[in-house]
Amino acid sequence: MTTDHPNGSLEHEHHPTARRPADPSLAPRRYRSLFRRVALSTAGVTITPLLIMTGINYYQYSRAIEARTRQPIESQTSNTAHAVSFFLKERESAMRFVVTQGTVTLDCTNSQLQKNLTSLRRSLSIGSFVDLGVIDSDGRQRCYAGPHKLQGRSYKDQDWFHAVTLKGVYISEVFLGFRRSPHFVMAIRHQGPGGSFILRATIDTKELSEQILTIGLRPSSDAFLVNRKGVLQSSSRTYGPALSRCPLAVPHRAEGVHVVERRDEKGHLFLGFSYIDGSPFVLMHIKRAEEAMGSWISLRGEMLTFLGISVILILLVIYFVSRNMVRRIREADEARAQVFHKMEYNNKLASVGRLAAGVAHEINNPLAIINEKAGLLKDRITLSDDDFPQEKKLLANIDSILKSVKRCSTITHRLLGFAKHMDIKFETIALDDLLREVLSFLDKEASFRSIGVSFHVHPETPRIRSDRGQLQQVFLNIVNNAFAAMDDRGRLEITIQPTDHQTVEVHIQDDGVGIPEENLQRIFEPFFTTKPGIGTGLGLSVTYGIVEKLNGSLRVKSEVGKGTLFVVELPVGDPDLLDT
Amino acid sequence: MRSLRVLIVDDEQELVGALVERLDMRGVDAHGAHDGATALEMVEQRDFDVVLLDLKMPGMGGLEVIGRMHERRPELQIILLTGHCDAENTVKGKAAGAFDCLVKPVDIDTLLSMLNKAAGR
Repeated sequence: MTTDHPNGSLEHEHHPTARRPADPSLAPRRYRSLFRRVALSTAGVTITPLLIMTGINYYQYSRAIEARTRQPIESQTSNTAHAVSFFLKERESAMRFVVTQGTVTLDCTNSQLQKNLTSLRRSLSIGSFVDLGVIDSDGRQRCYAGPHKLQGRSYKDQDWFHAVTLKGVYISEVFLGFRRSPHFVMAIRHQGPGGSFILRATIDTKELSEQILTIGLRPSSDAFLVNRKGVLQSSSRTYGPALSRCPLAVPHRAEGVHVVERRDEKGHLFLGFSYIDGSPFVLMHIKRAEEAMGSWISLRGEMLTFLGISVILILLVIYFVSRNMVRRIREADEARAQVFHKMEYNNKLASVGRLAAGVAHEINNPLAIINEKAGLLKDRITLSDDDFPQEKKLLANIDSILKSVKRCSTITHRLLGFAKHMDIKFETIALDDLLREVLSFLDKEASFRSIGVSFHVHPETPRIRSDRGQLQQVFLNIVNNAFAAMDDRGRLEITIQPTDHQTVEVHIQDDGVGIPEENLQRIFEPFFTTKPGIGTGLGLSVTYGIVEKLNGSLRVKSEVGKGTLFVVELPVGDPDLLDT
Repeated sequence: MRSLRVLIVDDEQELVGALVERLDMRGVDAHGAHDGATALEMVEQRDFDVVLLDLKMPGMGGLEVIGRMHERRPELQIILLTGHCDAENTVKGKAAGAFDCLVKPVDIDTLLSMLNKAAGR
């Protein structure tokens, strides 16, 4: 029995020319490794530069954007630092002016000092002087003008007094002063004609804070002063009013303006700082990274997404293209191998044919001689009037010679027929009619041996264009073989059906002895026979050759003890016939 | 009726001899030749009804002999004798002027009936 594949082809088909599993150069392993090599090398060659380029771009962009972010911070910080320094220097100069002009001396009066204070307040518009005080070299407050009552106070033991005595100028840290707003103290020492004294002023930071520090600030930026310990010296919109703690660690002292990266609880930020010379202040200018780097971060995201999608697409395309390419290569290799095998087989066939033809011709002549001489012997006995001793036996012997000659001549004729190129005469043929005709030749044998023949013809089977005589030979041969394989009362089933690729299939299924697996490959070989002494072993190879010449295919499937199926597939040949 | 006059041409002498003798026994006036040249001579020298001609002979090939014979004797019927009467041989032979083709080894009765047919009897 046979089992048909759902798509109509036979499992384990046997072609004498298709040797897929046995051929090592067509092993699937080889193509898998080819696919892997092709895919990996293509992927490597395409993805590596992409990665490198993206990496370089990423790196360069990030550097550029960082520079672009840092630079304005740096310059802004620098400008603000200069402004703060200038502010302080301006106050200092004003105080020096006051003392060098002689309007403030050791012998001062409060009211005179007050006048100085007023004029100072008028001339400098921002960062007002809140009070003024003159302190002698012993640390005693001589005069005072301002809101507090500091007359007669002694500062002898205070650090700032020592500092200003030593250095000549002193700026204090910020404290909460008059009306609880942040102030700082500036003091200068002056060597006057009457001795050295210290002019001390308290300065309000309000306008320093509001104007210098916060001018032109973006919402995501902040600028403020801290002392070296991180206590705010001015109010920060981020970290609170003056004298709160700034959570950012104050960077180590460095000359000029620097920009560093820091993190606070709100996230990543850039910190531009500058130590203000001659003061305890450090200017801190912060800018949120998200705002500064916002465009970079989105660009970076886009780059990575692009890279990711590209890599995936590339891999997909490479996978499918490589797979298809390797498949095509394999198919081409297989087709080529098939063609080679076919050529080889045809060549073998052709040379066998030529050999056979030569032999047949050589044999034919002596055969003809034997025939005629034996015939002559017979004639002499039968056509003469004499009697021959043992005439009957003589004639019997001669007859058996003649019979053997007949057998030989059948063989030689078949050999010669096999070797010759037969011309193909095309005509339109209905295969079911042709097969019935062929079966009629075997009518007698079929009925004698009670062999049942059944026909199944698909209603839409088209007629085909082919050579009637050669098809008759083909089917006669196959049916003969089937009959030979079957026991009496066997069944022969013939099915004729169209396929979906403009061909017609004829299935001839017998329930005979079947063909063993090891022989199936060889049954189409010339001279191969399992019945030595009977037949020539040429029948199926001739049949195969004819079917091939008619552009068809001959396949066989068999199971020992169950039966054999021959499938002859023939092209319709004429597209018009498909519609009829 | 006059006996059939037949010339058998084949390079196998044994074959020719046997055929001539067998036809003789059946009342045919049979003669033999072993090559094309001899055959041509004999055809010129006497009348034959039918010539049985082997296709493959050394020297002058069968088809050429047909042509030459028909030059001298246009009404002469020539039957080709060959190991294989396929389409090619038959068609070519007939085109050259042969009557038909016979396969070796021949059955004597088949031969006789074809000889008669060729002679128009």
